[in-house]
Amino acid sequence: MSEPILELRGVCAGYGNIQALREVSLKVLPGEIVTIIGANGAGKSTTLMTICNIVRATAGEVLYQGRPITGLSADRLPAMGLCQVPEGRRIFPRLTVQENLEMGAFLRKDAARKAFDLDKVFNLFPVLKERRKQPGGTLSGGEQQMLAVGRALMTRPRLLLLDEPSLGLAPLIVAQIFSIIRTINQEDDVTVLLVEQNANLALQTASRGYVLETGSVVLEDSSANLLANPDIRKAYLGE
Amino acid sequence: MEYFIQQLINGITLGGVYALVALGYTMVYGIIQLINFAHGEFFAAGGYMGVILISWLAAQGVPPTICLVLSLGLTMGYCALLATAVEQVAYRPLRQSSRLSVLLSALGMSIFLQNGLMLTQGVYDRAYPTEITRGGLHFGMVTFSYMQILIVAVTAILLVGLNALVFRTRIGKAMRATAQDKTMSALVGINSGRIISLTFAVGAGLAAAAGIMVGLYYGSVRYDMGFVPGIKAFAAAVLGGIGNITGAMLGGFIIGMVEIMAAGYISSEYKDVFAFIILIAVLYFMPTGIMGENVDDTRV
Amino acid sequence: MTTLGSRRHWTGFAIGLVWFFFILWPLMGIKPGGLEFIPALLVWARIAAAALFIFVLWLLRQQGALGFLERPAARLGAAVSGAARVVPRTAWIAAVLAASMTLPLFAERYALDVAINVLVYVCLGLGLNVVVGMAGLLDLGYIAFYGVGAYTYALLSVHFGLSFWLCLPLAAGLAAVAGCIIGYPTLRMRGDYLAIVTLGFGEIVRIVLNNWMSLTNGPNGILGIKPPTLPWLQDGLWGVLELRALGGLYYVILGLAAFTVLAVYRLNHSRIGRAFEAVREDETAAQLMGVNTFAIKLLAYAMGAIFGGLAGAFFAARMRFVSPESFTFMESAMVLAMVVLGGMGSIPGVILGALALIALPEVFRGFELYRMLVFGGVMAVMMIINPRGLWPAKRVGQRSEERGHG
Repeated sequence: MSEPILELRGVCAGYGNIQALREVSLKVLPGEIVTIIGANGAGKSTTLMTICNIVRATAGEVLYQGRPITGLSADRLPAMGLCQVPEGRRIFPRLTVQENLEMGAFLRKDAARKAFDLDKVFNLFPVLKERRKQPGGTLSGGEQQMLAVGRALMTRPRLLLLDEPSLGLAPLIVAQIFSIIRTINQEDDVTVLLVEQNANLALQTASRGYVLETGSVVLEDSSANLLANPDIRKAYLGE
Repeated sequence: MEYFIQQLINGITLGGVYALVALGYTMVYGIIQLINFAHGEFFAAGGYMGVILISWLAAQGVPPTICLVLSLGLTMGYCALLATAVEQVAYRPLRQSSRLSVLLSALGMSIFLQNGLMLTQGVYDRAYPTEITRGGLHFGMVTFSYMQILIVAVTAILLVGLNALVFRTRIGKAMRATAQDKTMSALVGINSGRIISLTFAVGAGLAAAAGIMVGLYYGSVRYDMGFVPGIKAFAAAVLGGIGNITGAMLGGFIIGMVEIMAAGYISSEYKDVFAFIILIAVLYFMPTGIMGENVDDTRV
Repeated sequence: MTTLGSRRHWTGFAIGLVWFFFILWPLMGIKPGGLEFIPALLVWARIAAAALFIFVLWLLRQQGALGFLERPAARLGAAVSGAARVVPRTAWIAAVLAASMTLPLFAERYALDVAINVLVYVCLGLGLNVVVGMAGLLDLGYIAFYGVGAYTYALLSVHFGLSFWLCLPLAAGLAAVAGCIIGYPTLRMRGDYLAIVTLGFGEIVRIVLNNWMSLTNGPNGILGIKPPTLPWLQDGLWGVLELRALGGLYYVILGLAAFTVLAVYRLNHSRIGRAFEAVREDETAAQLMGVNTFAIKLLAYAMGAIFGGLAGAFFAARMRFVSPESFTFMESAMVLAMVVLGGMGSIPGVILGALALIALPEVFRGFELYRMLVFGGVMAVMMIINPRGLWPAKRVGQRSEERGHG
């Protein structure tokens, strides 16, 4: 077993007096797609925000490629290959599509490869190329999600944190986005940590999954096992 | 008619000054939603630094043109640094506090700087060496003084430069991205603290340029010169739609023009009142300003 | 409550402070003449040294190095507050009242003068406190109401010879009307826009006072305002005593201040006071609960203006001269500084703030000129170290100003 690319050891975090995460521990190995599933308010998004230190961890440790990154300011992470697509996509609404993508490559100085990556993103999402002069805020939800993923790819991530990529999108577009996630994972060797409410879809995409309940990891298993688990089927797969 | 054209020229000159100051308000408001009360003080600091540098350089025998350009550049640089220092001391520690706290801190800073200037530089007007820019072009009764030409030219250069900075460069895009979504900017690797500092610096640099030109135009500076033009420039920023750079430029010219026309045709005693009335009317009838499609609590 | 906890932030702040004073040096250390280099530099050096001294002191305290001083002080403080709890509050109030009642008997002219000043600012501070502290509306043009009050009495006294006591409610009423006029168009605006618009209104009032020659005599001001009068038994006949002496004036303003304290206290504990608070904490929620937020905000403005107007009328009667000079933005800022320093929404806090900002500078008379400078600095620092003020208002739960704005 190779060294995990990301590891959380007993991470606690909260907002004011509310504790949102209680000793969350998890591991992501290089090349994997791992998913975190759970109900609304279970702490899934907080986990991702704590990894990026947008929410401060009150205890525990976050290791990225074996190096502790707890307390490291969020803006230093993209340069290390850790990038997050946050919940709600958070496109810069008054920057054009192309400018949004360029912001993804903000820290990179390699002009030639930046242009290459831009082409690649445009190939993955042809619709973005059509709309590249348009302000990001005028795109539809699905296009915005594509733009958010494309922007993250522009950082050349080794580990991509994806928060609810299916939120509010039509099933057809969701399928398209998930297929692209798999493509990125297989062809570009990007490790993915995926947070999803659509547990079925997430478990079909990922190889392993963690189940989060009220801020704690209650279950951790391979996707196949989780999909077969009657409790999980009952609680998260709507049976 | 000639009187009107003369007033038009004066209005453009004054409007350019307000536009330069208004940009600082609008940029800072755009990025951290703060009315930077201390911004007028950068304008005054620019005026004083300008008189210090111009007199000193002139005493060293530097030719007038070079002296002007050099003073302008150094003063802008100096005020930019001053603004980053102010930001670091009075605003950065309050990034997580309520808006009221930051606003009061800004107000405190403004009082501090204004009184510091008064104590060290004196209560009275300080004369500017105006002989460098005396004279002008005459067209019949209309005069376009060299000073006015200088102000209009410098303003135009700075406005074009700023537009290029904000809309063309990587740093400008990062500024806009930070203004729109700070968390997301951090997630793509933008150090928002540095970008905010830079925004303060650019705004203060522009205000300083305005300060030095006002000093040259009116022939003197005073420690409290930043206060009233500061409010008027803020009115200009609001008129243009706060957070909107093009709007601030436009607003500046409108306020300048209104003030000059009001002084010329209505009443010169009450000229200051008009800017305030415009401010109140704009906020009441169209709070988003003329260019402001996008006034929203968090994003600009 | 400090807004930043970690040491790293404080080192950043310390470096920033040093850098700030370093960068101020060319501006505040050099005079254009060149020859006057030294005096300007001296002023700058004093400011910088004072700021650094305070910072180092504060840092030492953080490190616990001042423990040998602090521990006895803390013990003393505990003893005092213990005693305060034993003695009922009414006794304290009685003691303060008695002390202030008897002050003219033993205080000299100068001290009385300062005391009158403090009381005027107590009225102003409490009035502004209704607007800023209770209703959460930042008003930067508050001094306009003071001006309205002062000019109301000045004009009525000079032109019609009306008595002070008759003019007092008139001044308050006119100030309240002015408050409504200013409030009506501005109150629909968001917090920080409101601040700048009230500032604009304050300036408009000042400019009008300065330029309406036929009414206000412009910058020359109005002379010959009569002092307050009292009916007085003299030689067996009822006459009129003019309260020219400071002692008499002192009692007048003491009464006004007591009235203000009482009124604000009652207001704070009334239904309307709670409505103010609801508007401050969450306007939308208040509206949904059936509070007419617009009317409540207008009322807050009018209430605040009334106290400003009362103080203004007294000011005119005491100085027997008014001019627009007295109603500048700096005055507004000073009153605001009192409220902020003392603790927004807190009556004892505002009184403490007025004492600190008016009486303290008198103690350090050598530094008179530095007064506004220190105000400004203190205001900025206060927001960082303790945004709730010296004597914070007692509240249950978290207040909106302590929450981040995200």
